[in-house]
Amino acid sequence: MRHTISVLVENKFGVLSRIAGLFSGRGFNIESLSVAESLDPKVSRMTVVTRGDDKVIEQVTKQLNKLVDVIKVIDHTEEKFVDRELALIKVNAEPQLREEILRITEIFRGKVVDVSPKTYTVEVTGDEEKVDAFIEMVKPLGVKEIARTGRIAMSRGSKALTT
Amino acid sequence: MKKTGAEIFIECLTKEGVQVIFGYPGGAVLPLYDILFKTHIRHILVRHEQGAVHAADGYARATGKVGVCLVTSGPGATNTVTGIATAYMDSIPIVVFTGQVPTAMIGNDAFQEADIVGITRPCTKHSYLVKDANNLATVIREAFYIASTGKPGPVLVDIPKDVMTASAAFKYPEKVHVRGYQPTYEGHIGQIKKVADAMAMSQKPLLFIGGGIISSSASNELLELSEATHIPVTTTLMGLGGFPSNHPLSLGMCGMHGTYTSNMSLTNTDLIIGIGARFDDRVTGKVDEFAAGAKVIHIDIDPTSIGKNVIAHIPIVGDAKDILKKLISMIKKEKVNWKKKHHEWLTQIEEWKGKHPIAYKQSKKVIKPQFVIEQIYEVTKGDAIITTEVGQNQMWTAQYYKFKKPRTLITSGGLGTMGYGFPAAIGAQVAFPNKIIFDIAGDGSIQMNIQELATAVQYRLPVKVAILNNCFLGMVRQWQELFYDRRYSYTCLESHPDFVKLAEAYGAVGLRAEHPDDVKKVLKEAIKTPKPVLIDFIVDREENVYPMVPAGAPISKMLLV
Ligand SMILES: Cc1ncc(C[n+]2csc(CCOP(=O)(O)OP(=O)(O)O)c2C)c(N)n1
Repeated sequence: MRHTISVLVENKFGVLSRIAGLFSGRGFNIESLSVAESLDPKVSRMTVVTRGDDKVIEQVTKQLNKLVDVIKVIDHTEEKFVDRELALIKVNAEPQLREEILRITEIFRGKVVDVSPKTYTVEVTGDEEKVDAFIEMVKPLGVKEIARTGRIAMSRGSKALTT
Repeated sequence: MKKTGAEIFIECLTKEGVQVIFGYPGGAVLPLYDILFKTHIRHILVRHEQGAVHAADGYARATGKVGVCLVTSGPGATNTVTGIATAYMDSIPIVVFTGQVPTAMIGNDAFQEADIVGITRPCTKHSYLVKDANNLATVIREAFYIASTGKPGPVLVDIPKDVMTASAAFKYPEKVHVRGYQPTYEGHIGQIKKVADAMAMSQKPLLFIGGGIISSSASNELLELSEATHIPVTTTLMGLGGFPSNHPLSLGMCGMHGTYTSNMSLTNTDLIIGIGARFDDRVTGKVDEFAAGAKVIHIDIDPTSIGKNVIAHIPIVGDAKDILKKLISMIKKEKVNWKKKHHEWLTQIEEWKGKHPIAYKQSKKVIKPQFVIEQIYEVTKGDAIITTEVGQNQMWTAQYYKFKKPRTLITSGGLGTMGYGFPAAIGAQVAFPNKIIFDIAGDGSIQMNIQELATAVQYRLPVKVAILNNCFLGMVRQWQELFYDRRYSYTCLESHPDFVKLAEAYGAVGLRAEHPDDVKKVLKEAIKTPKPVLIDFIVDREENVYPMVPAGAPISKMLLV
């Protein structure tokens, strides 16, 4: 099963490689990983999407917790949570296609963030399915490049993940 | 007050109570060596950095204190890797200080630069690159704290040369707080109660003990629990010494080369009380068939080892000593006639013990390696500290030396590092100058760190090395004999140095025994000699270690003699 795990870590040199090394060294897979500073600049927040049976996921969370630089770990899969991804998609925008791109972008509540004579760069946010769906829609028009952030997640309700 | 990084280093080590450093100098650690020259901290100059780490590790295992080593950057640092991995696998508290090229040069492939923090990341409990002298004191404080608390382990501190010479405000951090690191010591009382209840219900309980009993100094509590409840005890290799081997409730070691009784008990028990053991593959054999009918209690300070290999029905995270104390007081309240309840089980166990004790066929003509170990036990009255190399020598030591006390067996269990035992013996001898320390070695392993003979001679460390010389990489040969139709592919050591002359060349004493009648005589002479002694025991070349569970088989399927 797929699990979305948020990890608060010390914002220190080398922490990312400790996490990545843990996953590769123990044969856990990472489907996506996103990292940035949290509310407290001394702390980074990572979101890891991984896959495994209960035994594997138990090891993943325990092993993460065991790292000295890891402050907190939560597996969102056990609760209600929201998750988002952001993608930038550079699409062919020959004059005859522009109308269609704008229409699709509108439906997905995306935004054109850059234009050139031949391309539009569209920003889309949403859960993974929505981003996938957008990409599928514009693919026939000719996608030149995509960049996706990987998932970020947060528990629903007033509960906050802090140190 | 302002101090240089090097001064801070020494101040911090002094505060940590460090008495000895095992090390090897080089360009990037010159400022630290310069200050060491002027201090009271003892420095043992090894002959290879791997030896320094094993010696620090042997010192730590013998004393329970943190072992310390110091090496230079680049090759000095990379030479420590096997030592660090060895300590990591066996959860041994050491702190390894490595020199690093100056901060401004890091990343430039400078002369003798190696990313040692990166290289050792998977085999350290934690590591630091100190980029600012102002952080040095805190880092050193944390390093010792992390190495020695929770589940102990190696910590590496990489110090660039300019940080050693920079000056910084120094205040010794009395308190340490690492927010991501808060080991659990106290066992959950509700869980402990469940253990007591399970023990009261069980007809065939078994205490299954690992190295955690030793690192938590819980052997007295274990003995008390076992005697109070008449529950027999089997140990892993790392657990040897945690329970007296000559005790009637001791079943000896379990696993691949464990006793028949231990393995049969593990297979037939209805309740495994696992304490400080990882349930690794050398112990469980085929894991699906391991203790299939048993309820498993798993007590460990490391949450990750619980449920990793074997499902634990009653998991408890915490310190073995704390949990055992609480358990004992609960047990005392149980109205159970333990002796009567376990009578049938213990009778069965006695039958197993009688049927297949650990045994070998003695010979009047050639020296049996097992005989050498029995004799070492006799002449040392079981009071020596024994280190081992890896292979048959290690397994025979585990089987035939009757370890009575914790910290008397020092062996590389998890990583199985050949070349470990001799430098580890040096470390133990530094800690206990008046004890008899024996490294029980193979002729292959001893040559992996033989250069440390010079260290032993230089510091007058009267370590004894008993080489069980079979002119083979014996354990590998045994596998080839049993599982590869005797195709002895590259396991025959056809050329050996003359070990007696070699010892003499180093300024140590060399002795040899070729006949069973000589064994005791030579051992006595070695013990009398106040110098390092290397004894070359010419042993039966194709002797095997039995019992043996073939890799991947259930542990009840033992090959017996
Ligand atoms: C550094 C290292 N290399 C290789 C091995 C694999 N290995 C395990 S036992 C063994 C043979 C050891 O031979 P020896 O030291 O002569 O001991 P014996 O088994 O004959 O007692 C080998 C090569 C190892 N454990 N460690």
